[in-house]
Amino acid sequence: MLRVPGVKSQTFMLFLNKQAVNLYPICCKAISWQKIEEKKMLDIKAVRADFPILNQTVNGKPLVYFDNAATSQKPQVVIDAISRYYEQINSNIHRGVHALSQLATDAYEISRQKIQKHINAKHSYEVLFTTGTTHGINLIANGFAAFVKAGDEVMVSAMEHHSNIVPWQMLCERVGAKLVVIPMNEKGELIIEEFEKLLTEKIKIVAVNHISNSLGTINPVKHIIDKAHAVGAAVLIDGAQAAPHLKIDVQALDCDFYAFSGHKACGPTGSGILYGKEEWLNRLPPYQGGGEMIKEVSFEKTTYADLPHKFEAGTPNIEGGIVLGTAIDYLNTIGLDNIAAYEHELLVYGTQKLLEIDGLKIIGTAENKTSVISFNVGTIHPYDIGAIVDKMGIAVRTGHHCTQPVMDFFKIPGTVRASFAFYNTKEEIDALAEAVKKAQRMLG
Amino acid sequence: MDIREIQEEIIDEFSMFDDWEERYQYVIDLGNSLPLINEEFKTEENIIKGCQSKVWLHGEQKDGNVVFTADSDAILTKGIIAILIRVFSNQKPADILEADTAFIDEIGLKEHLSPTRANGLVSMIKQIKMYALAFQAKN
Repeated sequence: MLRVPGVKSQTFMLFLNKQAVNLYPICCKAISWQKIEEKKMLDIKAVRADFPILNQTVNGKPLVYFDNAATSQKPQVVIDAISRYYEQINSNIHRGVHALSQLATDAYEISRQKIQKHINAKHSYEVLFTTGTTHGINLIANGFAAFVKAGDEVMVSAMEHHSNIVPWQMLCERVGAKLVVIPMNEKGELIIEEFEKLLTEKIKIVAVNHISNSLGTINPVKHIIDKAHAVGAAVLIDGAQAAPHLKIDVQALDCDFYAFSGHKACGPTGSGILYGKEEWLNRLPPYQGGGEMIKEVSFEKTTYADLPHKFEAGTPNIEGGIVLGTAIDYLNTIGLDNIAAYEHELLVYGTQKLLEIDGLKIIGTAENKTSVISFNVGTIHPYDIGAIVDKMGIAVRTGHHCTQPVMDFFKIPGTVRASFAFYNTKEEIDALAEAVKKAQRMLG
Repeated sequence: MDIREIQEEIIDEFSMFDDWEERYQYVIDLGNSLPLINEEFKTEENIIKGCQSKVWLHGEQKDGNVVFTADSDAILTKGIIAILIRVFSNQKPADILEADTAFIDEIGLKEHLSPTRANGLVSMIKQIKMYALAFQAKN
């Protein structure tokens, strides 16, 4: 029999007995990721070979994918795990008595545990599967209507994605609360002194991003969390941009909620995680009613299921949840420290390379930054640059990046955004710089 | 010239180009040569929604024809709207409504027809036809 170190659960053994070798890569490899020795340095050739999509031409040129902040590409292990789920264990979870349902349930719950370990949550039931960051934020904003009253305040920052503004605006409109905004400076850093001045006992929840998607700023979330807790406010961290780049430790941060998306972290689209502290999740009312989230239903009264099921109504994205675990394993085999170090190298190189271009201005020059470079060239519209570099096989994003208040702050219609991942190279940055220069010549 | 003839003429012009670069350079040149729109028409109301860049389109009736003027803050978008104006301006509302826009594909700018394309070519054509429809109803 196949033995997996450290795994003793009976159901899991059943799972191994039934499907042993074929299914091994879906769930088991993962469990022992800590045991896989992290590569000392990132082997870029080997890493690129893991991503089949990178090996193609677009518009006759080798693809350069610099739209990673929008969504990451998927390694072969993730692509294979998706197929294998449907080829071998697809069935509905948690309710079935039959073997396949048991296998799928086990794989789903093992993935939850994997993610619990990855973000260092105290309990696996504090890890809720969602469809993505937006879903997680809406779940909390909706539930907080029970705790935010007229005259109270909800705090966001000036550099939030619309997904971390609109749900809170909706909450404020619903209960008559006020939305308070932490301002930022010209470098695209939050002004912490202003934050502290705005912080009063009226604030019930603070919702800020860990990393800004349009500027790349890494925010001092630990400080924000500690200060907010001192006035009795809860804190939600939008970790959409952090999950693919940083090691997250929700207990060290002491955040009340942490939301991120799977698809930005090498996982499947439509998968995501919302971490919530047990005491908060117990207090919060359910978000959606339906199957799975109930204990007992009668027409007089329904009692709700325990965590995490209380917040997981209906059939979830089972494959997405399982394979998100595979993606996390993959990131851990590469090593998030290796990823962060290599991406920082790309950031430094890219910043220097792009600044050599006449008239190019970088928007977002925070001291503490991840591998996102938002820029404009002279008075050229970002759309024009994006459309021309696309013709040279380079994928960048142009526009306001769902952060219109950030664009208003810098008085620009948008930016060109190049966001690097650990599978990008300096040669690709050279190609971008050349393409931008060409666009500048054509448009100038 | 009627709409189809103008479209044929544009197809002829673009057929001289060998690659995307020449085609795009021509679109950029067309954008740069688009006559200025009267500033008073650059209103919030005249902005075409669904474009990543700002596009203002104004239509008025002259001698039974619809005359369009436009502007954009992105030059490629401005070039594309210049092509549309060349095709549709000074035409009868009924002809504008009947015309198809397959020529965009034939001049190698197909990618701009995709509804996901942020320049909103589809929205521009829709707005041109809306003007034609409004003037036709008025007549």
